[in-house]
Amino acid sequence: MSSITKSSASQTGVAFDPAWKTILECAAIEVFEMMAGVRPELNSASTGAPVGEQTAMVGMAGALCGMTTLRCAKETSARFAALMLGESAASDHSSSGDALGELCNMVAGNFKSKISTLADHCMLSVPTVITGADYAMETSEPTEVVIVPLLFEGLPVWISLVIHT
Amino acid sequence: MKKLKVLIVDDSSVMRKIVERALRQAGLELTEVLEASNGAEALTQVQKGGLDMILSDINMPVMDGLEFLKSLAGVEAAKGVPVIMITTEGSEARVVEALSAGAKAYLRKPFTPEQVKERVTPLLGGGQ
Repeated sequence: MSSITKSSASQTGVAFDPAWKTILECAAIEVFEMMAGVRPELNSASTGAPVGEQTAMVGMAGALCGMTTLRCAKETSARFAALMLGESAASDHSSSGDALGELCNMVAGNFKSKISTLADHCMLSVPTVITGADYAMETSEPTEVVIVPLLFEGLPVWISLVIHT
Repeated sequence: MKKLKVLIVDDSSVMRKIVERALRQAGLELTEVLEASNGAEALTQVQKGGLDMILSDINMPVMDGLEFLKSLAGVEAAKGVPVIMITTEGSEARVVEALSAGAKAYLRKPFTPEQVKERVTPLLGGGQ
C-alpha cells in the first residue's frame, strides 16, 4: 500500500475535541448503513480493548496525525463482504480484508468531512489490513485514543481513532 | 436505452465491484465493464477507445486519480468521455481540483445507488 499522498495538508494541528467520539459514532453508523445495508448499534456493554483477527488501518496526516482502525472477528469481516458484494464473497479471504479496508477508509473520510477544520487539511492513506489477533500497536506519545464499540447484527466491531496530540 | 461500456478505476477490487453493482442497481445497462487498479493501468485501457464513461477513485498507488484525469487531456480516445471521480476525500479543494481538471461530476463514498444514478444519468445525453 502507498503512503499518505499529497503535501497540501496544513501543518497547523487541530486540537483534540472530546466531541469527536460522537462524530466518529455517527460517521461509522452512516458508513455501515449505506454500504452494508444494516444499521449497527452502539455496544454500551463493551468495556474491554478491541479484539478480533482482522484489523483495517487508515493513516491520517496534516492537521490531524494519527490513525483510524476497524477491528472485528474474521467471521464479521466475511459478513461485511457478503453484504457488500453478495454471499460468494464471504468465502474469499482477500475480499473480506479488502471490504474491511474500504469500510475503514470510508469511516475515516466521513469522520474528517464532518469536521470543517479537518476536511481540507487532513489527508488519508490507502488502507492496510492486518490478519491475526496476537499483536500490539505502539505509537509515540502523547496520544488520545477514542474507541467506539458497535454491534453489527449482534457481532462486536470496534472503531478506534488514535491521535498524536 | 443505450448500452454502456464503462471503465472503473480503483485500487480496491471490492470497491470496483461495488461501483459496478451500484451502476446496475441504478438501472444502467452495461455491455462491458473494464477495470483498472490505478491511473496508469486505466490510461492503457482508455487508449483502446470505445468507452462511454469512466468512474475513478482519487487516492491510489502508482498514479492517482487526479494525475490520471490530467493525463486524459492528451488522449484522443478520451475526448467526450465523461469522468466521474469517486472518493472518500470530500474536501472542497479536491472537488475544485478534480472539476478544474475535467471531471464532470464528483461522488463521495459512502454512496447509495440513488446517488450514483443522480450523478451518472445527466451525463448520458438523455439516452437513459
